[in-house]
Amino acid sequence: MALLEVKNLKTYFFTRNGVVKSVDGTSFSIEKGEILGIVGESGAGKSITGFSILGLIDPPGEIVEGEINFDGRDLVKLSQEELQKIRGDEISMIFQDPQTSLNPVITIGEQLMEAILYHKKGVSKKDAYNTCVEILKTVGLPAAQKRMKSYPHQLSGGMKQRVVIAMALLNNPKLLIADEPTTALDVTIQAQILYLMKKLSKEFHSALILITHDIAVVSQLCDKIAVMYAGRIVEYGKKEDVIFNPLHPYTKGLIECLPKLNDDKKRLYQIPGIMPSLLGLPKGCYFKDRCEFADEQCDVYPPQQEIDKRIVFCHKVK
Amino acid sequence: MKFFKNEMVVEFFEDKLAVGGLVIFLILSVFALFPSLFSYQNPYDLTQLFLENSFQPPNHNFWLGTDEQGRDVFSAMIYGLRISLYVGLASTVLSVIIGYTLGLISGYYGGWIDTIIMRIADIQLSFPAILIALIIMALWGEGIGKIVIAITIVNWVYYARTARGVVLSEKEKDYAQSAKALGMSNFGIIFGEILPNTTAPIIVIATVRIANAIILEATLSFLGLGVPITQPSLGSLIANGYQVLFSGYWWASVYPGILLMVLIISINLIGDRMRDVMNPRLKR
Amino acid sequence: MSQSEVKLLEVKDIEKIFSVKVGTFEKKDLHALNKVNFNIYKGKTLSLVGESGCGKTTVGKVILGLYQATDGKVIFRDKDIAKLEPSRRGDIQKDIQMIFQDPYSSLNPRKKIKTILEQPLKIHTNLTKKERKETILSLCDDVGIDYSYLERYPHQFSGGQRQRIAIARAMILKPELILADEPISALDVSIQAQILNLMMDLQEKFHSTMLFITHDISVVKHISDYIAVMYLGEIVEYASKQELFKEPKHPYTKMLFSTVPDIHTPLATESVLKTGEIQSPIDLPKGCFFQNRCIYKEDSCTMSHPELVDSGNQHLVRCPIVLKQQTID
Repeated sequence: MALLEVKNLKTYFFTRNGVVKSVDGTSFSIEKGEILGIVGESGAGKSITGFSILGLIDPPGEIVEGEINFDGRDLVKLSQEELQKIRGDEISMIFQDPQTSLNPVITIGEQLMEAILYHKKGVSKKDAYNTCVEILKTVGLPAAQKRMKSYPHQLSGGMKQRVVIAMALLNNPKLLIADEPTTALDVTIQAQILYLMKKLSKEFHSALILITHDIAVVSQLCDKIAVMYAGRIVEYGKKEDVIFNPLHPYTKGLIECLPKLNDDKKRLYQIPGIMPSLLGLPKGCYFKDRCEFADEQCDVYPPQQEIDKRIVFCHKVK
Repeated sequence: MKFFKNEMVVEFFEDKLAVGGLVIFLILSVFALFPSLFSYQNPYDLTQLFLENSFQPPNHNFWLGTDEQGRDVFSAMIYGLRISLYVGLASTVLSVIIGYTLGLISGYYGGWIDTIIMRIADIQLSFPAILIALIIMALWGEGIGKIVIAITIVNWVYYARTARGVVLSEKEKDYAQSAKALGMSNFGIIFGEILPNTTAPIIVIATVRIANAIILEATLSFLGLGVPITQPSLGSLIANGYQVLFSGYWWASVYPGILLMVLIISINLIGDRMRDVMNPRLKR
Repeated sequence: MSQSEVKLLEVKDIEKIFSVKVGTFEKKDLHALNKVNFNIYKGKTLSLVGESGCGKTTVGKVILGLYQATDGKVIFRDKDIAKLEPSRRGDIQKDIQMIFQDPYSSLNPRKKIKTILEQPLKIHTNLTKKERKETILSLCDDVGIDYSYLERYPHQFSGGQRQRIAIARAMILKPELILADEPISALDVSIQAQILNLMMDLQEKFHSTMLFITHDISVVKHISDYIAVMYLGEIVEYASKQELFKEPKHPYTKMLFSTVPDIHTPLATESVLKTGEIQSPIDLPKGCFFQNRCIYKEDSCTMSHPELVDSGNQHLVRCPIVLKQQTID
């Protein structure tokens, strides 16, 4: 059985201007030790998917339908107290901006130790301290013992993100959700962090969900990929299939429009138009206005198809 | 702008308390604007006062009783409300103009201009507001114009400091930088580009501080340093009635006191809601 | 560089030192730029590539006049503008415009789009109201802004649309030089390509020159003619696009190339963990600034600061080790 299985998840936000269907019926699953990439533009619902798994949806948002089966429990049905125990213990999250996920007035050491002591009763302070130093070494932070006494502002962005990752790994979680973990970092640091996350998720046998807008990052790191567009998954399958033989026109476009190092033509391929607002979605396929293959058939939302070992939502793929 | 305004207005009206505050404030404002329509007599006009009516308890002629000069308390309250509101609004408008301008300049230019303006503000803030106002009024003597100026001198500091804080972050934003790169004058950047983006906190503070100005005026008048009793504000009415409060003539000070309280609460309810609606940090 | 290329802007030895507070009372110098030299040629695009903190944005802001250089010259139309504020540059400023990174903060949230676009014309031209409107409308066609946008406010648009508006504002005076500071890095991937193509189209149409500032070396290939790689306030490698992409020479440039995420190359390996981080621009080391991250480091690297030397074909490199190897080969 899969470690996490999300079935027909619907997370809606009931705003003054109407119902925003941020996540509208997504289904995917992830096994132990697997890395799943969720790719999409801002507003595609990828972060909300992550927040829904963690139960971090606040009003006016609400999970209106679906199941999130994690290790034999349906997270949708759990109370906030029960979720609180799971968060940071069995499931951890790494956020985009390390700046905001660390408390600026408490030392790194105290923050790390608190994360252990909160979830593991009966662990002595000394043991907790040693575990923390050990984990900081694991994430490649030089002078780990000295860093325990540092405040977040004394570290660079890359180092802070390492601390955040260390904190997420502390309780040996079964599932790690990383929301744009490297977007705020420089390319050379990004490569280091990505490598580290891949290595650690294998070492710790944690499943990892990587949420990002960068399909190149996803292709380097993930085993499985889900491409989201306007709140729904449009293509979902193994990395090799989705990246090297994309079927959905949107996935194709995303890969095509990446600048390539070994390509000499001047102009880049571009997907025309912009993603529709979630408050004004078109009838039928949400991508049809930007799609070169669209015709009247696309005025109906495409059904789920399983073609070439992956799931795809498009009338034009046969 | 239309859309943006609507959004805020809609949000404002979602809070019943705030709407209640607004309704009360509007009613009181109507009273204050057209006092002669609602009052039984003009309390300024000595020919309308008759000593034989003095110290009447609330009755069908004088709904809220009369004071020692036979002045109808209800009428006096409406005229007093007018003066209180006038002092509150006028001093707030003046202090916003002065404080806002100084704050914008101080924050934008920095350096010695900033140092001078902010040190003056700091010194002033280290004294209790009432003390400064007391000293000014004691030196100048009473009068409506003088009290407006005294309260302005006390209050400009709050606007200056707030405006300065906002400008410090706004001037680094790219839109201000791009205006500068276009060769726009500093005056143009401060008042044309930055000012429209700093109004929200100023409006919020101004709403709350109107109440504060009214209280300050009432306090000064109560202490006999504000407006003269011939032009009574709510504060001077309370002071006037207070002298006879323990002789059993409670209505002369209790009713003006209640009105002052209702006025302040209604303004504060509006102000609180304004802060919720206009503060982007509280919003999702 | 061929003879046909005309210098539009010359940056000569510019230095920019910021004074920063360390501790409560102590102040130290932060060398944001150390003797940076380059030329921008008419109609061409020069890209400045480097990580955050390398000084690439500072270069742009010095040219634009938002910062005044501590030392050195920026020569534009035979005039040194390195230490002049925009308001004192007169007519020259009209021909240097910038596209900022973040389209969410670069447009004044309280102004209608038409006011934003009209402002440069009001300041720098004597056009009548009608002429201004015509100019705006014709530019709207060029950058793909619907006329109906003009009556709206910035917050009503998505990032890509805002960046189009920001580009229109930069283009409306038909400037000779456009400074683009990471114009696509805040945008979604599918929009990045649109904006990049738009910028190239506009450059062709208006024959403008561009300084393209970015951290992403993969983007550079499509848009640039020349590339300067910056590290800690200095240029470490400078070459034409063909030269640089044929053979990146400086260890830092090589590192940039190897760490760019690309769907056709696997994730960098264990060695990437040893590449370390950029060091603080306060208290720079005596020798090469890149020494603590360099895999080719030798003892001599800590002794003296390397110069930018031509390794042939106008390919300038600031690394004696690379040059030495080249002569041996």
